[in-house]
Amino acid sequence: MNPSRRRFITRSVGFLAAAGAAAGATRAEATDPPDVPLSMKTPGAGMSAYGSPARYEGKVTREFIRSQPGTTGSGASRTPLESLEGMITPSGLHFERHHSGVPDIDPQTHRLLIHGLVKRSLIFSVADLLRYPLVSRIHFLECSGNSQLLYQPTPPNLTAGETHGLVSCSEWTGVPLRLLLGEAGVEPGASWILAEGADAAAMSRSIPMAKAMDDAILALFQNGERLRPENGYPVRLFLPGWEGNMSVKWLRRLKVVSAPVMTKDETSRYTDLQADGTSLMFTYPMGVKSLITRPSHGMTVPGAGLHQISGIAWSGNGTIRTVEVSTDGAKTWTKAPLVAPVLPRALTRFRLPWKWDGTAAVLKSRATDDTGAVQPERDRFIAEHGNNATFHFHGIQAWSVAASGEVKHVYA
Amino acid sequence: MSTRDLVGVALVLALGGCAGTQMSSGAIESPNLGRAATLAQIAGWDVSVGPDGAGLPPGGGTPAAGAVVYVQKCQACHGVKGAGQPNDRLVGGQGTLASKAPVRTIGSYWPYATTIFDYVRRAMPYLQPHSLTDDEVYAVTAYLLHLNGIIGENDEMTARTLPRVKMPNASNFIVVYPSR
Repeated sequence: MNPSRRRFITRSVGFLAAAGAAAGATRAEATDPPDVPLSMKTPGAGMSAYGSPARYEGKVTREFIRSQPGTTGSGASRTPLESLEGMITPSGLHFERHHSGVPDIDPQTHRLLIHGLVKRSLIFSVADLLRYPLVSRIHFLECSGNSQLLYQPTPPNLTAGETHGLVSCSEWTGVPLRLLLGEAGVEPGASWILAEGADAAAMSRSIPMAKAMDDAILALFQNGERLRPENGYPVRLFLPGWEGNMSVKWLRRLKVVSAPVMTKDETSRYTDLQADGTSLMFTYPMGVKSLITRPSHGMTVPGAGLHQISGIAWSGNGTIRTVEVSTDGAKTWTKAPLVAPVLPRALTRFRLPWKWDGTAAVLKSRATDDTGAVQPERDRFIAEHGNNATFHFHGIQAWSVAASGEVKHVYA
Repeated sequence: MSTRDLVGVALVLALGGCAGTQMSSGAIESPNLGRAATLAQIAGWDVSVGPDGAGLPPGGGTPAAGAVVYVQKCQACHGVKGAGQPNDRLVGGQGTLASKAPVRTIGSYWPYATTIFDYVRRAMPYLQPHSLTDDEVYAVTAYLLHLNGIIGENDEMTARTLPRVKMPNASNFIVVYPSR
């Protein structure tokens, strides 16, 4: 047998991804016993300085959202959620959203300035920050524009990642912001902080002092290694549970002030236009949300029988308490087991067995967090907020499964 | 750091250990490494402008002066007179926000005129941010406000006049934090 053809062995997974390596490829003979696999007949490759995914997984990549015409780096890229498992997103697949590209910042030259309504205006080098007591937290980060295609009147013909992939989850390690604010000495009446990046957009947002003193960190590490450039190297603000752009990357300045600065990205953008023409402003926490990632749009369920449904749930307001799954279009719901650890403001994996009888089905998941907030049905969410809000969509996602096994995005 | 400081930190840790839960739940010791920033250093970096005008520099500009800058530096991306294409439309759209096809521009949507100055100065033109003078930023701001029918054609924008400009959509924003 031609060894190269053995690469196209159909994987014994429950669902075949249309975009994945297996589907559409020539179905080749497996190296069934008693044949000895080729990999055992010659020594393998040597070590590598920095590991990469298996070459057969080369299609599992971020999917780009086009930048503004005539510019680079003013767009986004989405995490391929349908290809991932567990709760942690590999750093190289963490979604991106940049407002003027990824700056190349030498940590030796980078500085953080804290000033404004403080007793002492202070400058920190990155080496300084690395000497502070570090904390580590596992949290999701979600762009407030995630899932915005579901505001459209017709369901997008796109995969789970292409639709909802502006959410990722990492272990973030850094310095509690309140330590540095304590050192600077916040003046009475100082209730906001302007955070500003060292990118060409000088991305800036006003942060409430209460959040800064609560759980905000200046992140230096992501999933054990120093931040990736596209995630804010050498230092970013991280605000657990709140809309992603507030966690300002490439952080260079924190100005303590008495009122919001009303920057472009908290007025003309990242405000939620309602059906009546008014807009909601400062809608910080990301709402309780869940999503079945497998099976999902673009996959084919390979025949009736036992399968596993897998998905993710998260809430910017707390910890996921329950996820219910329906396979009959929300007529009946079953509680899905949550996969430990279940952490506040982190992606929570749920999985449950599904015996598919081979007839048409509609799959949905519905999350509830520990504040009691329940993920709303899409039609209810749209009725409340209209189709123009752009941001903070967190309604229920429905996937239809045809008798053929084909999975599609539907509004149901 | 001196040996004496090291001893001090160690002593605090030791005491904290003796005190049991007091150390684990109490304040974290900080190494206090920040060095003092001078006023000149702060002035070089403090580019933000608040809605009350705090941070606006001296200088000024008129719509006529702004039109000249706009044609040279902005029009290629934002179209003739802010009509948009290939990038964001900056003018018009008033009265569309409650419709099926809302047009969000400076004139129809932005709640504060100061934000135009702040954003243009920090981030525009896209390919050459920080290349305009403060007078040019004032002028472009004035031009965009005039194109949207918000100020008159001879109204000069300065640190005094810009914060006083009333934006048409300002009263339609509902601040959610911290009540939700």
